[in-house]
Amino acid sequence: MTGRLRFLSTTSGKIGFSIVVFVLLVAIIGPFVAPHSPTAPIGVPLTGPSSHALLGTDYLGRDVLSRLLYGGRSLIALAAAATALAYFIGLLIGLIAGYTRSMADPILMRGIDVMLAFPPILFLLVLITGLGTSTAVLIIGVAAIQAPGISRIVRTATLEVSVRAYVEAAVARGENGVAIVLREVLPNILAPVMVDAGLRFTYSILIIASVNYLGLGLQPPNSDWALMISENRTYISLNPLAVVAPAAMIALLTIGINLTGDAIARALGRSYIPAIRTAAR
Amino acid sequence: MTATALEVEVDAPRRGEHPLLGFLVRRTLGALLALFVASILIFVGVELLPGDAASVVLGRNASPAAVQALDRQMHLDSPAPTQYWDWLRGFVHGDLGQSAVGLAQGEKHAPIGPLISGPLKNSAILAIITGLLMIPFSLGFGVLAAVFAGRSADRAISIVSLAAIALPEFVTGALLVTLFFVALNLLPPVALVPPGSTALSDPKELILPVLTLLFASLAAGIRMVRAGMIEVLGADYVQAARLNGVSERRVLWRYGLRNGLAPSVQVLAQNLQYLVGGIIITEAVFAYPGIGTQLVNAVQQRDLTMVQSVAMLIAVVYVLLNLVADVLVVLLVPKLREPA
Repeated sequence: MTGRLRFLSTTSGKIGFSIVVFVLLVAIIGPFVAPHSPTAPIGVPLTGPSSHALLGTDYLGRDVLSRLLYGGRSLIALAAAATALAYFIGLLIGLIAGYTRSMADPILMRGIDVMLAFPPILFLLVLITGLGTSTAVLIIGVAAIQAPGISRIVRTATLEVSVRAYVEAAVARGENGVAIVLREVLPNILAPVMVDAGLRFTYSILIIASVNYLGLGLQPPNSDWALMISENRTYISLNPLAVVAPAAMIALLTIGINLTGDAIARALGRSYIPAIRTAAR
Repeated sequence: MTATALEVEVDAPRRGEHPLLGFLVRRTLGALLALFVASILIFVGVELLPGDAASVVLGRNASPAAVQALDRQMHLDSPAPTQYWDWLRGFVHGDLGQSAVGLAQGEKHAPIGPLISGPLKNSAILAIITGLLMIPFSLGFGVLAAVFAGRSADRAISIVSLAAIALPEFVTGALLVTLFFVALNLLPPVALVPPGSTALSDPKELILPVLTLLFASLAAGIRMVRAGMIEVLGADYVQAARLNGVSERRVLWRYGLRNGLAPSVQVLAQNLQYLVGGIIITEAVFAYPGIGTQLVNAVQQRDLTMVQSVAMLIAVVYVLLNLVADVLVVLLVPKLREPA
């Protein structure tokens, strides 16, 4: 295989990519094929699997399978939105700092140092205490956690690219700064900047799911995989599937993304070191 | 001045100043600055809330008189910079302030310090046990993976660690509970410590929380140890030792481990730092009465003062760990020492 799909030539790349596609399909198509409502009780709480409810019922008597099929959308959409916003902010700041080599540079670096003074989850908890919880707070909070690390990588890549001949040629032609950054710099830094997009997406999923689990993110009766785990955690011995099934979905998703990211990084000849979960580096 | 400039040029330490001392001073000042900015972020973050803090804590049906009284008790009637300064000054002097929820429930005094001393002890127990186990385990598996690099043992370790690091603590925790409680009925599913006793009184309860934290933190350590070891084991001087007939075991312990370890120190230190954040979720999973549970409860009840002080406390520990790690690494790896 050539070009962009080269990562599919490894076994772990194939497995990882298939897992990701499977989980995404479940999340996207799930709500259309769910046998029951995700929020209405269908029978006795906490029964085991039956033909009526393939994965049994949860602590309120709702169908676990239906909640599972509905429960992926919010998590994946929130994490994707947060990661996209983080890249947008990170690219903006990093490009400005790297290309202009101005005052923004030292300020940016100190800003990153400060973010490194917090466990990320703590930052989010403080924000939620102040603003209450909402999808906007989750997205902006997680983007704020990730953006400093991204902008640092963007800045380094921009510094490297902006002294290349093709950029200097554009400067000599008299093109304006914005055009140069968008047409000459940006396309050439995208590859190194996006290498760890998978890691960052996983991280967004991880932290949003954790906040949901703590009961400080999405609120009941929403069906959300993390919420399902925390709701049924107390009754785990009565219907373990109500906990294990959503746990497995989250596990498949994050492991799948990591395997794919690992394969992509290898195909690009880079090492893919899973981030230590301290801060957005 | 000229003399100093010349000395810097030849990369020698300035007269009367130890190069390490300069580094230490700079890093300490940096840490203090980070903590100062963190304190502002925490204060502003919590105070961002729209409307009046006292009425949020008291609930919607509070009488105006009660709101006013709480306002005065929490000093919310003074301007924000004064409040911030009072809070920070108290914090530095060891006075963590009063719990807003405690005051709202009609108590005259609800000092945060005594309220969190028990949970702090429990969290410390959990973190110390995990930290102590983490180091030998990452070294063991890392060396194992390096020695068998490319073979099935190595591949198994790397796949499992890649998977482990991808899992949120609550997923790992839930799966461990399913295995060890639901399926095997070996270990308790929660770690409830009765008030008055510490977590050590029933060590069995600690096993699953510790395993959960280990699972998430080991992977990075293993990978770094492995990478460091592979690099060293392929180095010329190790080859030379082998060719001189030094036994493989001696090569591994004398040459490999000693030189491969240095870069891993930082990762191990960062893992300790990870524990500070990871503990918040893990405690929630096992209803473990530590500082993380305390914090999450405070956020749920919107106990503003409690969140501020506990968050600041966690930030202090976090920054201190980072500082100690940086200094340790520089002490152990002379290569990293910057010129003064």
